[in-house]
Amino acid sequence: MFRVHYFASLREKLGSAGESLEAADDINTVADLIAVLTRRGGAWNLLADSREVLVAVDQAVADRDQTLNGDEEVAFFPPMTGG
Amino acid sequence: MTTMIRVDVQQPDFDLAAEYSMLRDIADNPGAIAIFSGLVRELHDSPAAGQSLTLEHYPGMTEKALKDIAERAADRWPLSVCRIIHRVGTLLPKEQIVLVATASAHRDAAFDAARFIMDYLKTSAPFWKKQVAGAQDYWVESRASDHQAAARWEK
Repeated sequence: MFRVHYFASLREKLGSAGESLEAADDINTVADLIAVLTRRGGAWNLLADSREVLVAVDQAVADRDQTLNGDEEVAFFPPMTGG
Repeated sequence: MTTMIRVDVQQPDFDLAAEYSMLRDIADNPGAIAIFSGLVRELHDSPAAGQSLTLEHYPGMTEKALKDIAERAADRWPLSVCRIIHRVGTLLPKEQIVLVATASAHRDAAFDAARFIMDYLKTSAPFWKKQVAGAQDYWVESRASDHQAAARWEK
């Protein structure tokens, strides 16, 4: 099971703060997970833009080719603006 | 040298004098303490009374990211203490948002490390700002200049 979180402007556009997603044979990387989510259409297509949407796997920033085992915490969010 | 790293993410305000005093107490023979504080800016094109800034973060990852940045600074400069406080929630103009304080034997290390921490904090700690100005609200966009400031340290 993936624990998925969405933050800030992305959370508002998707209308979701997060969800649990079943692991599947065709989800082996972050990019695979994104492909599953963008199939929902509409605002979910935003996830495809790697400049506007960053990814963290188990609370560390990750690339889209990072491997997933099926039990990770995966977060999607816009570029950070703290400080 | 072992660096004492203390990181807090909190809603309440912080007391600059108390933090300075704590650093003086626990630092190992500090010759220099650099303190940076970041404040909520007032926007000039809308009445101050209707302005606020709300900071959202990613609980769990935020603390890890701040500790990671502090550890990178400690690897690079001889710091005896590194202190970071970042506030979250809704803040008003002129309120304090962030504190970075570094203690070292000499000023160059203290100044440079504090600046390094702030530059990386802006682009790699999971905080997001939402500005409210009167009837309008909008998410603050990340700035290319902030990314350039962080990239400078990679040279």
